[in-house]
Amino acid sequence: MTSNGLLQITVFFLLVLALTKPMGAFMTHIFEGKRTWLHPALRPLERLIYKLCGIQEDQEHRWTGYAASLLMFSLASLVLTYLIQRMQGFLPFNPQGFGTAHAAQGATAMTPDLAFNTAVSFTTNTNWQAYTPETTMSYLTQMVGLATHNFFSAAAGIAIAIALIRGFARHTTETIGNFWVDVVRATVYVLLPLSVVIALFFVSQGVIQNFASYTKATTLEGAVQTIAQGPVASQEAIKILGTNGGGFFNGNSAHPFENPTPISNFIQLLSIFIIPAGLTYTFGKMVKDTRQGWALFAAMSVLFVAGVLVAYPGEQSGNPILASLGIENHPTATQPGGNMEGKEVRSGIANSALFATVTTDASCGAVNSMHDSFTPLGGLVPLVNIELGEVVFGGVGAGLYGMLMFAILAVFIAGLMVGRTPEYLGKKIEQKEVKMVMLAVLVLAASILLFSGAGAVIQFAKNSWINPTGPATANLNNNGPHGLSEILYAYSSGTGNNGSALAGLSANTPWYNLTIGLAMLIGRFLMIIPLLAVAGSLAQKRIVPASAGTLPTHGALFVGLLVGVVVIVSALTFFPALTLGPVVEHFLMMRHQLFALLLIPVWS
Amino acid sequence: MLVESQSPTVNILPSKRRRARPLFDPPIVKRAIWDSFVKLNPITMMKNPVMFVVEVGAALTTAYMIRDWRAGTTDLGFTFQITLWLWFTVLFANFAEAMAEGRGKAQADTLRKTKSDTIGHRLKNGDKIEDVAASRLRQGDVVICHPGDIIPGDGEVFEGIASVDESAITGESAPVIRESGGDRSAVTGGTKVLSDWIKIRITSNPGETFLDRMIALVEGAQRQKTPNEIALNIVIAGLTLIFLLAVVTLHPFARYSVNSAGAGQVPSIAVLISLLVCLIPTTIGGLLSAIGIAGMDRVMQHNVLAMSGKAVEAAGDVNTLLLDKTGTITLGNRQAVEFIPVDAISEADLADAAQLSSLADETPEGRSIVILAKEKYQLRGREVSEHEAKFIPFSAQTRMSGVDLDYRSVRKGATDAVIEFVREHGGAVPSRLTEITDHISRSGGTPLVVADGSKILGAIHLRDVVKGGMRERFDQLRAIGIRTIMITGDNPLTAAAIASEAGVDDFLAQATPKQKMDLIKKEQAGGRLVAMTGDGTNDAPALAQADVGVAMNTGTMAAKEAGNMVDLDSNPTKLIEVVAIGKQLLMTRGALTTFSIANDVAKYFAILPAMFSVTYPAIAALNVMRLHSPESAVLAAVIFNALIIIALIPLALRGVSYEPMSAAALLRRNIVVYGVGGIIAPFPGIWVIDRLLGWFRLA
Repeated sequence: MTSNGLLQITVFFLLVLALTKPMGAFMTHIFEGKRTWLHPALRPLERLIYKLCGIQEDQEHRWTGYAASLLMFSLASLVLTYLIQRMQGFLPFNPQGFGTAHAAQGATAMTPDLAFNTAVSFTTNTNWQAYTPETTMSYLTQMVGLATHNFFSAAAGIAIAIALIRGFARHTTETIGNFWVDVVRATVYVLLPLSVVIALFFVSQGVIQNFASYTKATTLEGAVQTIAQGPVASQEAIKILGTNGGGFFNGNSAHPFENPTPISNFIQLLSIFIIPAGLTYTFGKMVKDTRQGWALFAAMSVLFVAGVLVAYPGEQSGNPILASLGIENHPTATQPGGNMEGKEVRSGIANSALFATVTTDASCGAVNSMHDSFTPLGGLVPLVNIELGEVVFGGVGAGLYGMLMFAILAVFIAGLMVGRTPEYLGKKIEQKEVKMVMLAVLVLAASILLFSGAGAVIQFAKNSWINPTGPATANLNNNGPHGLSEILYAYSSGTGNNGSALAGLSANTPWYNLTIGLAMLIGRFLMIIPLLAVAGSLAQKRIVPASAGTLPTHGALFVGLLVGVVVIVSALTFFPALTLGPVVEHFLMMRHQLFALLLIPVWS
Repeated sequence: MLVESQSPTVNILPSKRRRARPLFDPPIVKRAIWDSFVKLNPITMMKNPVMFVVEVGAALTTAYMIRDWRAGTTDLGFTFQITLWLWFTVLFANFAEAMAEGRGKAQADTLRKTKSDTIGHRLKNGDKIEDVAASRLRQGDVVICHPGDIIPGDGEVFEGIASVDESAITGESAPVIRESGGDRSAVTGGTKVLSDWIKIRITSNPGETFLDRMIALVEGAQRQKTPNEIALNIVIAGLTLIFLLAVVTLHPFARYSVNSAGAGQVPSIAVLISLLVCLIPTTIGGLLSAIGIAGMDRVMQHNVLAMSGKAVEAAGDVNTLLLDKTGTITLGNRQAVEFIPVDAISEADLADAAQLSSLADETPEGRSIVILAKEKYQLRGREVSEHEAKFIPFSAQTRMSGVDLDYRSVRKGATDAVIEFVREHGGAVPSRLTEITDHISRSGGTPLVVADGSKILGAIHLRDVVKGGMRERFDQLRAIGIRTIMITGDNPLTAAAIASEAGVDDFLAQATPKQKMDLIKKEQAGGRLVAMTGDGTNDAPALAQADVGVAMNTGTMAAKEAGNMVDLDSNPTKLIEVVAIGKQLLMTRGALTTFSIANDVAKYFAILPAMFSVTYPAIAALNVMRLHSPESAVLAAVIFNALIIIALIPLALRGVSYEPMSAAALLRRNIVVYGVGGIIAPFPGIWVIDRLLGWFRLA
């Protein structure tokens, strides 16, 4: 690790810390319906939307109504996106003619399974991309089909988090808010203004924004190169701000048109964390004890720092096999040393490791380097981050409600140890809450493990419709433990609604499109619905006043406990799978054994 | 009210346990061993999801072992040992539960003995007596009991008075008085009349008596899972499912790895089941019901009968304790502490008159006046019979008592009553009197004004004496977050003084039953759980409303029906101990759950490297315990997992040690002991077992 790298990471974290309170305070005002300095400009827009959509601003719903609204909204927008993708050949803003007979050679066909997978992916805030955008999607599809989801899925996530917070903050009431109002406010006051500012900033850094058709260029060698164009900046801002992560280009944030400079890279990192971090303060503010919010922030910070401090040295120490061949592995004045495979030179090792950690801490999934090329330990961090449930700041809203889920579990198990039936923020944690939380934890584990388990062994005939390449493992680039990691990563990323990929897996076949699509739906909705049920149940309860006998949930002790529960629950669930993947790969690498490109198929 | 004057210990948990049995009583152990096998019945096992999974696992490995044996596979020793230990795991958990139940059953047997063959003398048409078996007595029947008779059923005394030996129920050998009317009229079936006679109206039908309920309770026949127990069951069942997923999917992952590496083989069913059993929370799963039963039993050992486990659990959650002043916080009787004369009267003269008026006064207050006069002025008791003395006893109308002798009328009593008496005799009220009585009231005492004919001599300061050690107890309660509220019929001034002397957090003065009820409701509306004790019929609604209502055994049937616990010793201070037991119960559950989950870390490090040592030799790096062979590693983990259940039975039955301290301090201690300790402990444990297995050449 270089001191320069560490300094950048430190500055990044300090800025997140500094922005948490203002961001959180602002969101508290928005969701408590108070006026902010943005109201004079945006309130008319908010009211217009209510009027057009027939939303009763002051009407509140029980948790069931709230959940039903969310499901209806998600289903409708999912279907719409599916249709846009399938019909993009007939729609405007399609200079490359995707979906028509004029499409260039090599363009990806928008098959029903791919359209399903992509529609699910963007509806669930996952942004898993089984396709190469610049050879698949028209500008209209990207903007209307996908970028709008980047707003709405993020706004829905924030809304769910706010609803859960209300469950804690309110008492003896049936209602937890109005989904439509929460989504509109999150979009109008939080996501939209910030996206505009960030998009303009990106343009200043060189991110493109146009509707031009692709440029053909002749390189110095005389080869013809197609340079993809498009309205990138407008999508880039919400891609990271809403922890969506779906790139305009296949290269994602490694692409110079998406993320051209170190400063744009830094702003991207910051944008990923700013809303999730701010929500911890919003939480504290809304439950009227900001220490509670900072405790969650602290637990997240511990896990974030731990992740970076494994990933960064993991990448910086590089591959011992190369070192043994006499290749310089240490950073010098002229080269970064370590493992530079799959990394952009303008990002370097520190910023690549940091980006990989941040994007998987949050359920963003944007990448500025290829996770597949990370060392086993460096690559273990993103995978573990996702399997922790993406609660380290996490997706917008999703991180907070995920962490609250673990907090409920931690309070239940450890709270008993103070000799009282467990309470969190004055709310008794009883059967119903525990049942719902366990359901969510169980469903996430089941989705990741069962799909991965099936993926590791399931056999298909070659050239079958479901998986033309043959067995599910035939889509892997690598054999051995790394191949297993690729499968595990794909389903973890899908279930966790992350969307990043370990790559190395050709995922655009009906088998993977459908199973990963299913994993994304499970990971999103079978987590949200139980948690909304928890919110509804908590809102009905009385608030037990705190006393000396109450488990304190704001001190270092609780932070440690929460981190312990997050790590132990996830570690115990995934340890066997991880052992056969990245862990054993690491030990094998230490013994100079590698699992490179799979040239000869093992399966025949 | 019977007040036990045992000096309260400083610690909330007293060391004295009357019904204590040794933890491993041989007959109980013998019965428990037998029961462990009976409980293998899958239908009973299904109620405990964790142990049911272990049983299914054990049955599966047994089936596979038999198949392999038939096929003539050579290496049966390992599978056999694994199978054996899996069955042991189930048996150990059953044994824990049976031990906990056995203690209750033994107690129930003792109680049953008092129940059999009682004959009741039933009164028919007023005075005709017929003897019927107790089991044939119905509600509304009237029986008469003479000395030596066992009272045939629960009832209400409506005529007569008798001393009754209630040791069969309470274990307390000192007899108690039962009489018609008032709060001492309830009698319990199975107790014995020692002297005099009583007529009883039976209030319960056979099978529904207090004794029947008590037997059912201690036996655990009606035991229902408490809300917290159910919630905890959901968590551990959920964890079991998660680990089931982790182990089931390990099979395809292993197949992939073995194919890919081209070495080793997919772990056998026995090994996979071993991993599963090691991971699922068997420690807490096996001990959970034992903890609950033992908690009830511990309450029982304190001579408190909890009507449900839920009540014990609620006791741990109590935020507010309502304690009656008299008998709970104070000794129950006011005592004279000072004579304060008015004007020119000397203190000795006042003492003399006060003593005179109290010589025949058998109330505790009266006696304390005589004692004080003797201690302070060496005034001996005089033989008053030689004078022509006429004693005036205290009555609610006159609110005075005293004596008329040798043309003197000495009176002592409530201030306004004595003033009126003096005025009737043409006397005047000294100006300083009000000052004196106010001063006494303000300091929490009760003034008794003494007058001799038309002359007021002064006042006696009667004071409530706070029991020793109460302040420390309340401090401890405060430290664990429990507020105490003193309930008293005294005026606010007196109440405030006692409250500050005893160190309670708040008080309710001039309390009426309705006010008491309102206070409970107010506390509950604020989200607090309230505990209280009571004995009178007018306490019944409040007892029912409170989250934990402890009725005194000396109290009325109505009170006993309304509360959810009955204190057989009728010691109101015991509420504090019940709270401590409730807390201990919850803590034990939390501690063992944490321990159980924390244990898993080491087991992964034992079993996973063993599973894939051939497929990926590099994985040996994870074998941090350096276990000597894969078989030994798996076996050691399984054995450790089984033995830890046995090792923790005493802890489950006794409960984790509990001293009053803040929640934060408790959590810190328990996380270090059961969380961090739980992660560390299995490493040396498994290592030692591995060495022993190698030593005995078992693996």
